[in-house]
Amino acid sequence: MQVSPPSLIADNLACRRGDRLLFRRLSFTLEAGAACHVTGANGAGKTTLIRAVAGLTTPYAGSVTRNGALALLEERTGLDPDLPLGRALAFWFGVDNAAEGDAIMARLRLEALAEVPVRYLSTGQKKRAALARVLGQSAPVWLLDEPLSGLDTVSQSLVSTLVREHCEAGGIALIASHQPLDVPGMTRFAIEEFAPHGADA
Amino acid sequence: MITALLRRDLAQFFPFTGSGAALPVVFFVAVAMLFPFAVGPDANVLAKTGGGVVWIAALLAAILPLEKLVARDIELGFFDQLKLRGVAEEAMMAVRLIAHWLSFGPPLVLATFPAAALLKIEGETFQILLLGLIAGTPGLAAIGLMIAALTASLRAGAALSGLLLIPLALPILIFGAGALARQDHISLGFVGAISLALVALAPFAAGAAIRAAREN
Repeated sequence: MQVSPPSLIADNLACRRGDRLLFRRLSFTLEAGAACHVTGANGAGKTTLIRAVAGLTTPYAGSVTRNGALALLEERTGLDPDLPLGRALAFWFGVDNAAEGDAIMARLRLEALAEVPVRYLSTGQKKRAALARVLGQSAPVWLLDEPLSGLDTVSQSLVSTLVREHCEAGGIALIASHQPLDVPGMTRFAIEEFAPHGADA
Repeated sequence: MITALLRRDLAQFFPFTGSGAALPVVFFVAVAMLFPFAVGPDANVLAKTGGGVVWIAALLAAILPLEKLVARDIELGFFDQLKLRGVAEEAMMAVRLIAHWLSFGPPLVLATFPAAALLKIEGETFQILLLGLIAGTPGLAAIGLMIAALTASLRAGAALSGLLLIPLALPILIFGAGALARQDHISLGFVGAISLALVALAPFAAGAAIRAAREN
């Protein structure tokens, strides 16, 4: 899509929540085709990392260099709860100029839910709807925060497949999840490795 | 992208079609309807005080939509998704301001016709009242948007926004209602000027507010 290949570089990143330092000296470099899985317990700072990498919050220290458009999947879907799913997704497909909205919805088994208002969807269905939004964006860099939570096993393996296809097509994926993902060639690190010593004190 | 956003915001807030319903307008007419019952049907008293009542009703009606104006989309992560697509917070808030005003300004101006009839406001006074509301409602919308954005991340935001709007809206009220008492058009110019300044300021103030809300 873009001339220069995508890349995502975190340099010496440190983030806080309130007064507490969650992690520091966190650096990584993701080039085109790379997938990286960030593991960690609840509250370890996975979401904070994703939001800092997305540029939504300012890190306490360090910097992030982004090359290429970002797609973010998080707990909040960005879909209007009062609208039927089809129309809520159509808004984002329109914004992102996604041509194959119907195919994306079929892929995530959402066609039958098109008329159901978003607020009536279950956790897993909402997650799949948010994934459809991410697919429609066709951004080279994916930031996925807990993409597996709430999903059944069929959908979980679908997420692995989608990430694999995305990376094979030259995309980058940074995935924060405490659940295992099956993507070949994926690097992995635990966010606790970067926790400051005596963090609990 | 901006037009898609405006269409979405309008659908969200427009009376009867959006989730906001027509509550502010109904509220506005209800106040105008109740007032004659409270002070009696004396046409002179009504004509003299009616204009002020319409202004107060408009001001209170402006408070009603504030709760959902910004906080809901912050909770949805809606603004975050737009941000990732390169839309500036200021642009999001400018679009929201237009949608907010369109969804409550013009309906309020239309509702002034039945309200004026109930309060026996006629002729020159009615004209000044109408022009004043046209000039003043963008300012009220701008104040409302700034307050909604600032209080979006607070737990008691809804209650607080009502309290905050009242003092900030005083200049508009003073000049708008003052124009009725003196029957002049100069005060209307002041209302328009205050409105313009607020409209120019609001996207930046509200944009900074939702950016700040993200950090905590």
